[in-house]
Amino acid sequence: MNIVVCIKQVPDTTEIKIDPVKNTLIRTGVPSIMNPFDKNALETGLSLKDRYGGKVTVISMGPPQAKAVLREALSMGADEAYLVTDRAFGGSDTYATSYILSQAIKKLGDFDVILGGKQAIDGDTGQTAPSIAEHLGAARLTYILDLEADGDKVIARRQVEEGIEVIEARFPILCTATKESNKPRYATIKRKIASLKAEIPEITLADLPDADVSKMGLKGSPTKVKATFTPKRTACGVTIEGNTPGEIANALIGKLADGKIL
Amino acid sequence: MSFEAWKDVWVFVECFKDQPKSVGLELLGQGRKLAEGLKQDLCAVVIGKDTKDAVKAAGEYGADKIYVVEGAEYEDYSADAYGNVFLKLCEKYQPNTILVGATVNGRDLGSKIAVSLRTGLTADCTALSVDEETGNVVWERPAFGGNLYAQILCSETRPQMGTCRPGAFKKPEKNPDNKPVVIREEISTPAQEIRTKVIDFIKACEDNDLRLDEAEIIVSGGRGMKSAENFSVLKELADALCGTVGCSRAAVDAGWMPQSKQVGQTGATVTPKIYFACGISGAVQHVAGMSESGTIIAINKDETAPIFEVADYCIVGDLFEVVPALVKELKARQQG
Repeated sequence: MNIVVCIKQVPDTTEIKIDPVKNTLIRTGVPSIMNPFDKNALETGLSLKDRYGGKVTVISMGPPQAKAVLREALSMGADEAYLVTDRAFGGSDTYATSYILSQAIKKLGDFDVILGGKQAIDGDTGQTAPSIAEHLGAARLTYILDLEADGDKVIARRQVEEGIEVIEARFPILCTATKESNKPRYATIKRKIASLKAEIPEITLADLPDADVSKMGLKGSPTKVKATFTPKRTACGVTIEGNTPGEIANALIGKLADGKIL
Repeated sequence: MSFEAWKDVWVFVECFKDQPKSVGLELLGQGRKLAEGLKQDLCAVVIGKDTKDAVKAAGEYGADKIYVVEGAEYEDYSADAYGNVFLKLCEKYQPNTILVGATVNGRDLGSKIAVSLRTGLTADCTALSVDEETGNVVWERPAFGGNLYAQILCSETRPQMGTCRPGAFKKPEKNPDNKPVVIREEISTPAQEIRTKVIDFIKACEDNDLRLDEAEIIVSGGRGMKSAENFSVLKELADALCGTVGCSRAAVDAGWMPQSKQVGQTGATVTPKIYFACGISGAVQHVAGMSESGTIIAINKDETAPIFEVADYCIVGDLFEVVPALVKELKARQQG
């Protein structure tokens, strides 16, 4: 089974700081991590390989430092890793990003399954993976909990708001994983050491001669950022005080009742 | 660029088992605002096996026109079948703007339409307005876990598209006298073109809890809860108020609560009448999902916790003392 997993390097959003004047991310000192949902996607891919055999290839689009998450994926058990990188790819929105990734996946050859996380914790759009499927004309199933192969048939469980759908589909297919999908495995020391020395080839614009450059980068992005700002918080709350928890409770419920909130 | 040919604001009224989900009706309120700014009509798109209830609701919540496509193949969502319908409708009627709920299926469908039409899709918008001069919708959305907000434009292509989370907006006032024009289109999708088929459905286990997006009162706990068992303290308060229990990401990461109860940027967006934040520090990630609640009450031992910056009522204290006291007080008043 040929399995491709798309992963993204993201800043740890719990540690993020914003420059209040320039409204840009202060990257210094903020740890970069593999998008947590992509780790679930990788685990889904590795477990498919464990069960059915095959090869797990990870790809990531980003600057050279994104090789760190590719190495992490190798240390967890991925067989090959590619970095999709070029100046021409910079400033891409979800449309352009998914187009570039779809072209890189095409270059890697035939696939049975493409996997990604349900969303990245920095952009939070959840659009890139299903958009890759659309650029490739592939069937897709988002938010899957697991999938099983039966010949060229796929049985997947998919989490929707109301419950779990059991879905029948066929390979090739693109799926996105969620936190509930699995518990990602740990890297082994041996693989970790090997991953440090592993060759991570780059896929650049020059490697995609058939791709349409007008669909890439800032110019190829239908959406553009007009302005950014930090959310304003103005503390104007009323402090409820009292000598005992009972007094505090009485004061709060009293205020809610007076305001007809309760 | 002239977009004269592209007219009207469309709202996808998503259904589950032929019942309209709340988010589509919420978006009709936002769609009306955009339609007024663009001086165009507000249209609902309803796809399903039996669309009668959804069509009725779309009318009551203000649609001027309703495009309806019915067929047995639309009983369950599939990107192939729903995408086929939506793209054929777009080709025929050329909408200016499309709003879709940021549900599991909505995000998927939105991506499919946007890529096929080579246009822009902005996810999880929290505020929408129209720049009347250009006719561009200004899509406002949080990024980086709510640490930063961005205004996004899709100025060179139409339709311009966006998704909004369930609960991000309130439903508009119901108007039972609204008389929409209902346009039925015959669009079928051959079975062999639907590559994913729902063969079974397992209903989410009924834990008898109200869903976060349906509750008028939410009592949430965070890192300060210290254990899964301690959430029973919050449950008592939620029960006393006929509300439900929620939590922050810290509580999910610690394994104390399921992700379905998580409020915040990577969880649910909620706008209840009253939101209790107990032992929640108030990381932007969490605040992005609850700051539009009616009344926010924060209980935290740390008086410098950022949650107090968004709270209407601030209680600096131990939640394990204050919450039980609140339950006692409520019970005393209910009996009195």
